[in-house]
Amino acid sequence: MASQHRRSRLALRTIALAAGMAAVAALSACSSGSGGGGGSDYGFNAVEQDANAPLTVWVDSSREPIAKAFQAANPDLTVNIETYDGSAGGSDSFKTKVALFDQSGSGWPDVVFSTQQNDTSWASKSNNGAEPFAAVLNQGLLSDDFLDGFTDGALTPMTVDDKVYGVRNDLAPVVYWYNDTLMKEFGYEVPTTWEEYVALSDKVAAEHPGYILGSVGDSFQGPYIYYWGAEAPVFQTEGDTFTSDFSDPNSEKVTEMLDHMIENGTLVNDSVFGADFVTKYSDKVLGMPGPAWYAGALFQNPDSLNSPAGTIGAAAPLSWEGEDKVTGNVGGGVWYGSSHSANLEGVAKFLEFVTSSDDAVKLTSGLPAYQSAADTWLTDQASSGFFVGDFKSAISTAASSVWDGWGFPSFSPETAYASVVIPGIAAGKTMADLAPDLQKEYLNQAQVQGYTVK
Amino acid sequence: MDAAASTATKDTLITTTVTAPAAAAASSEARRGREPSSSRRRRLDRSQSRIGTVFVSGYVLLLLAFGVFPTLYAVFLSFTKDGSFAGLDNFIKVFNDYRFLPAVAHVAIYLVFYLASLLIFVVLLALLVHGLGRRWLSSSYRFVYYIPGALAGASSVMLWLFLLDPSVSPVAFLLRALGFDTFVQTVSIDNLPIIFTVIAFWTGAGGWIVIMYGALNNISGDVLEAARIDGAGPVKTALHIQIPLMRKWISYMAIMSLAAGTQLFVEPRVLSQASKGVVPPDYSINQLAYLFAFRQGDFNGSAAISLLLLLVAGALSAVFVFRGGLFERD
Repeated sequence: MASQHRRSRLALRTIALAAGMAAVAALSACSSGSGGGGGSDYGFNAVEQDANAPLTVWVDSSREPIAKAFQAANPDLTVNIETYDGSAGGSDSFKTKVALFDQSGSGWPDVVFSTQQNDTSWASKSNNGAEPFAAVLNQGLLSDDFLDGFTDGALTPMTVDDKVYGVRNDLAPVVYWYNDTLMKEFGYEVPTTWEEYVALSDKVAAEHPGYILGSVGDSFQGPYIYYWGAEAPVFQTEGDTFTSDFSDPNSEKVTEMLDHMIENGTLVNDSVFGADFVTKYSDKVLGMPGPAWYAGALFQNPDSLNSPAGTIGAAAPLSWEGEDKVTGNVGGGVWYGSSHSANLEGVAKFLEFVTSSDDAVKLTSGLPAYQSAADTWLTDQASSGFFVGDFKSAISTAASSVWDGWGFPSFSPETAYASVVIPGIAAGKTMADLAPDLQKEYLNQAQVQGYTVK
Repeated sequence: MDAAASTATKDTLITTTVTAPAAAAASSEARRGREPSSSRRRRLDRSQSRIGTVFVSGYVLLLLAFGVFPTLYAVFLSFTKDGSFAGLDNFIKVFNDYRFLPAVAHVAIYLVFYLASLLIFVVLLALLVHGLGRRWLSSSYRFVYYIPGALAGASSVMLWLFLLDPSVSPVAFLLRALGFDTFVQTVSIDNLPIIFTVIAFWTGAGGWIVIMYGALNNISGDVLEAARIDGAGPVKTALHIQIPLMRKWISYMAIMSLAAGTQLFVEPRVLSQASKGVVPPDYSINQLAYLFAFRQGDFNGSAAISLLLLLVAGALSAVFVFRGGLFERD
């Protein structure tokens, strides 16, 4: 009796185990398959669609209001908003988590906001056998009409082989910011070229020492404002080839310019976001090239420079005398839809809302990437009376003249700059001393990321 | 035994409370010249082994789930690529990576500083505190030493961020006297082994001092008394009696600290983010493994690094285990 009981228990256990294993196998088969019956109407293998499937949206804290506005405007859709550290410069959370979801075969969010433009280079490629995370947007998911509404060049960083993998939230072209009151008081002209900028620095150093014309104390300034803005080919990609040329005439001129201005004291090595910068320079910034978002982040920010209304102006970006009028770019967030989403219509609706709706204009802190939204935003900003001069025209000119030679590989130029140049300058070295190390670090990084280095 | 010691010397206590009654019982039986009945001992053994099994089972399950199986998976990953056997390819790739040797050097230098300071100062401070005549003074010191240990790794780094930034630090005068005028200068790569040693010592040493204190308490008063009668002063007693008898605990501390030290990750990562990249994100070996997995999507290379780290840490630990006689019974 007892042995019979034991046998039946053993049989039950075996059945349970077999059922469990079958369930696991079935589940893994479901999750690993990317076909799922949704077809490939969008240029990728979509999973089976369900118009009522909830949307999981990852945003940084600054983008939470616009996601909530979408939720309010679409009560029929269930939207789960999750905030993550998408705005932190060095953060890899997005990539890390997608890599893990690719491994496990489930868990991907439907929409993600990221400030890292180089996300496209990995999100558009298949990793560890899973469907590329970023959904192709221009092959059926979003209409051409809608996509054409973006400012020229805004979608370039997210375009690979004519496929658009993300929509740009905002633009961050570099303009020349200046303190109109101080410039008039000192009798200086606003520079229009890099040459005039350097000449002005010598005058300032001699006549008004202590006043500054910019900072190189953050990892984005050297690469994005100066080297990119001055058309220096130190960070370029072509297909899978990466090049970094610090001996190009433009690169050498930038290196020389930075060293010259650090030497005469008009370029400082303090971070514009550091407590020291506000204490030391809140009334000493005579001018500086910087992205459009300096408007809200520095000049109109009570915790930063907090400039009085009517003192700060934006002028067209600086360029080399007689050469193309181009500029650099510092960021600009991107929205990605997930190719694994079960509600791609919802995803499309969300992407259109957050980039082009009236709410998008109201809730953005920077220049919207969608042209009509940008026009409204610029008109609002110009009419607020905070900025002097032709604010609207300066920003618009810069927005459409970002130099397209800069590369978007799967790593950021900021990391190498931060670990090589910033401590190097703090230790008294010059940019010319550090340029070979920086170049070596760029090439090494490109090589480990799988690029062919030339 | 006072409160501070009782919380921190749990391992010591387990040994003493488990072995002491058994030893006492055995000696009393011996004194009475009577053998305990074998059936009683078998009963005792059985119930002890049952309760022992219950105690360790939870740990064993968690060890299997989060220690052994992941390790086996890492072994599998490190020898494969895209599911097929790749031989030593992953290891060769890791060795050839330009970041690997610097990361190994960084961790090695840090370990030398950290282990040396831990072994010297913890033992020294424990001996000093143990030597204090006044009971309240000794327990107060132990309590004060123990407080920083209450802060977890990341939060202690946050605290040190303020201490290391001359523009906000309460000890800015000290930093400036050392020639560091900015945060960037303070956290330059050459200073990092010292900075990480100070952070790790500050958070970890207190707990070890309390444990060493427990170990010192275990030394029989008779032995110390005999040494004193033979004319040994505090230094000779420490060198010839106390430190040799604490050998096991010192090697236990060395192994645990070595394991924690080789896995240096939180401190450089937080410092890297706080310094906006001035502290490189590939400073330590574990950080490099993280970059391999999540920035390059190369889980196989990452597993190879982890396995190498395990082998090296295992080999070094074995040295401490055998030199320190950790598994020898008294």
